[in-house]
Amino acid sequence: MTTTVFQQLAIDNIKSVFEQQFDDLINEPEWLRQQRKQAFQLFLEAGFPTRKNEAYKYTSLEQHFSGKFTYLSHALCEKINIEEVFNCDVPSLDTHLIILVNGWYYASPNQELLKQTPEGIIFGSLREAIKQHPAIVQQHLKTYFSSLASSLDYINMALMQDGLLVYIPQHAKLDKPIQVINLVVAEEAVQIYPRHLIVSESSNVVQILFCDHSLNASPFLMNGTMDIYLKDFAKVDFYRIQNAHNHSIQITNNHIYQSAHSVFKSVYVTLHGGTVRNNIYVHMNGEYSKNSMYGLWLADKNQHVDYFTHVNHNVPNAESNQFFKGILDDEATGIFSGNIYVDKNAQKTNAYQSNKNLIISQNARVRSKPQLEIYADDVKCSHGSATGKLNDDAMFYLRSRGISHKESCQLLMFAFASDITKEIEIEPLKAEIEGLVDKRLRGELSRCNRCSISCS
Amino acid sequence: MLTIKNLKAQINGKPILKGINLEIKAGEVHAIMGPNGSGKSTLASVLAGRDYVEVTNGEVLFMGQNLLELAPEERARMGIFLGFQYPVEIPGVSMVTFMRTAVNEIRKYRNLPQLSASDFLKYMREKKELVEIDTQLTNRSVNEGFSGGEKKKNEIFQMAMLEPKLAILDETDSGLDIDALRIVANGVNKLKRPDNAYLVITHYQRLLDYIVPDVVHVLYDGKIVKTAGKELALELEEKGYDWIKKEFQNL
Ligand SMILES: Nc1ncnc2c1ncn2[C@@H]1O[C@H](COP(=O)(O)OP(=O)(O)OP(=O)(O)O)[C@@H](O)[C@H]1O
Ligand SMILES: [Mg+2]
Repeated sequence: MTTTVFQQLAIDNIKSVFEQQFDDLINEPEWLRQQRKQAFQLFLEAGFPTRKNEAYKYTSLEQHFSGKFTYLSHALCEKINIEEVFNCDVPSLDTHLIILVNGWYYASPNQELLKQTPEGIIFGSLREAIKQHPAIVQQHLKTYFSSLASSLDYINMALMQDGLLVYIPQHAKLDKPIQVINLVVAEEAVQIYPRHLIVSESSNVVQILFCDHSLNASPFLMNGTMDIYLKDFAKVDFYRIQNAHNHSIQITNNHIYQSAHSVFKSVYVTLHGGTVRNNIYVHMNGEYSKNSMYGLWLADKNQHVDYFTHVNHNVPNAESNQFFKGILDDEATGIFSGNIYVDKNAQKTNAYQSNKNLIISQNARVRSKPQLEIYADDVKCSHGSATGKLNDDAMFYLRSRGISHKESCQLLMFAFASDITKEIEIEPLKAEIEGLVDKRLRGELSRCNRCSISCS
Repeated sequence: MLTIKNLKAQINGKPILKGINLEIKAGEVHAIMGPNGSGKSTLASVLAGRDYVEVTNGEVLFMGQNLLELAPEERARMGIFLGFQYPVEIPGVSMVTFMRTAVNEIRKYRNLPQLSASDFLKYMREKKELVEIDTQLTNRSVNEGFSGGEKKKNEIFQMAMLEPKLAILDETDSGLDIDALRIVANGVNKLKRPDNAYLVITHYQRLLDYIVPDVVHVLYDGKIVKTAGKELALELEEKGYDWIKKEFQNL
C-alpha cells in the first residue's frame, strides 16, 4: 500500500512528538517507558489508517493528524478555581467530581490526586496511580496488545498524558457516581491524549459519567483511550456526553472487557463536535455476561460523527445489545458501523443490533453498515437498520391540533432521541440530558453549563 | 360558519371530490353518510389541510376566512378539529406534552394566558371525566398501543380539551363498543353549544340515535347527491345505497 502525503505527514508529526517527549518521560517507571516504545513501534508497523482501511472508509483522520497541534507535557492552565470553571447545572446530581484539563488531571491545592476509601476503592489521577499502585495499573494497561486495538490505541499508549483511574475491589460499594469533566481549554490548537482505566471487581453497581467539553473555540485534536474491566459479577453503568465545539476532533477508543456474569450498560450522547469518531470494542470473555450499548448523535452543519462498534463473543451464553440513533441536519454526516463477531465456541450467544437515523435535511448523509461474522451454529443474532424522514402522518396529526410545524418537528425529533436518553438510570442526569437534547434540537445549545474560564 | 362552494379535489391526479357544496351554521349538527371510497375522509382532509389532497376548484370559507390558504395549525387554532378515522400512533410523545403544547398554542392564538403545569393537569382531569377516558391512557405516548376503541375515545378527549368551533368526526363511532359509543356520544352532546357545530361522518344510524343531526347528506362518487333531515339516515339503514345510486345515475 502506498503512503499518501497526509498519511506521511501524520506519521511524521506523531514521530516528532514522540521523540521530543520520550526523554522527558525519564521519571516514569521503566515498564511504562517500554510499553510506550513498544506501542510506538506497533504504530510504525501498522501505519496510519486511511479510508482504504474498511474500518475508516467514511472518516479520514490522517488529514487531521497532519495538522499543527501542540502537545502539552503539563496541564497548561494550572491555577483554576473549580467553582468558577465549572458550575454544573445538575443541581441534584451528587457526584465525586473529577476534572481533567487538556488531558491532565486537575487537583486544587488542597485536593489529593488519588483518593482511597477504607474499603479499598481507589480513584483519581491515573498518573498518580502509576506511582502509588503500579501493580493495578500495569496489568490493565496492555490494551494495545488486544486483538481489536488499532493504530489510534498505539498512538495513545505512546503519547498518553493522564486521566482517570477507578479501582473497585470485591464487595466494595461506591457511595455515589463518579463524574469526569474532560475540559479542553487552550489558547492554541492542542493535541490531547487522555488515558482512562476503570476496573471493577465488585458486584455493586458503579456509575460513571464522562462529560467532554471545550471552553473556548480553539481547534483541538483529542485521541483518548479508555479500558474498562468488569471482573466476575461486576456491574458498571457508563455515560458519556460529548459536547465540544465544531472545530474539535474527538476520537475515543473504548475497550470493555467482561468476565462471567458481568453487566455493562453504556449510553453515549454526542451533542456537538466537529469530527467525532467513537470506537467501542467489547470483549465478551465470560459466560452469562451482558452488554447493552446505547448511542445518540445530533449533528448539523458540517459535523461528522462516526460510531464504530465491535462486539466479540468469545464464550458461550453471553448477551449483547446495541441501539444507536442519529439525527442529521444540514450537511452533516452520520456513520454507524456495527460489527458482531461470534466465535465458534460461543454457542447460545444472543446478539442484537439496531441503528436508526432521522434525516432532517436533503443534504445530510448517513452510512449504516452492519457486519455479522458468526462461526457458532446455535446463536440468536439480528440486526436492523432504518433511515428516514419525519413521519408525515404524525406531523399532520400534531399540526391538526394547533401545534406549529416547527414545534411538531421538535416533538418528533425529541421522541426519536428519547428512546436512547430514557436509558440513563440516574434520574437527575436523565432530566438534564433530555433538557440538553431538547435545546440542542432547537439550535439553542452551545454548551451545557455556565462555564466561565479564568486562567491565572 | 362553514361554506363550501363547488369544491373539487384530486389525489395524485385522480379526481376524488367532484363539486361539493355545503353550508353549516353555528349550533348545527350535520351528518355525512355514503359508500366506502366515496370521498368522505378526503373531504375531511381538505378541511383540515392535509397537503396530499390537491384542491383544483372551489372555495371554503370558515368564519368568513378563506380556509384553503391556511396551514393546518392555523385552521386548528381558528377552531377546526378533525377526529381522525385512523388516529396515528406517536411513540415517544407523551399525551401530556402533546396536549399541553396544543392547548397552549391555541390559548396563545386566543390571547389567553398559558396554563401553568398544575392548572393544565386540573383542566385535563376535568375533561377526562367529561369523556370518561381511562386515566392510564393519558400517561402514555400518543395512541401508542391503544386499542381501536381507545384511539377513538382519545380523539373525543382531544376535542374536549381544544374546544373547537367546528368538529369533524370521521367515523368516530366505528370500533367502539356499545357503552363506549354512548359515552362518546354523551361527550359530544355535553360539548355542544349554540356557537359550535359538528360534521359527523358515519356509516351507522346507531350513532345518530345519540347525536341527533339537523341535516343528513349522502356523499357518492365525490358529490353530495342527497340532503335531507334525520329520517334519511333511517331510510339508508333500511334500504342501503343502491336506490340512491340508481336515482343518481338516472339524473
Ligand atoms: N393517499 C391516497 N392516495 C391515493 N388514493 C387515495 C388516498 N386517499 C384516498 N384515496 C382514494 O380516494 C378515494 C376516496 O377515499 P376516502 O378515504 O375519502 O373515502 P371514504 O368515503 O372516507 O371511505 P370509507 O367509508 O371507506 O372511509 C378512494 O378511492 C381512495 O382509494
Ligand atoms: Mg373514510
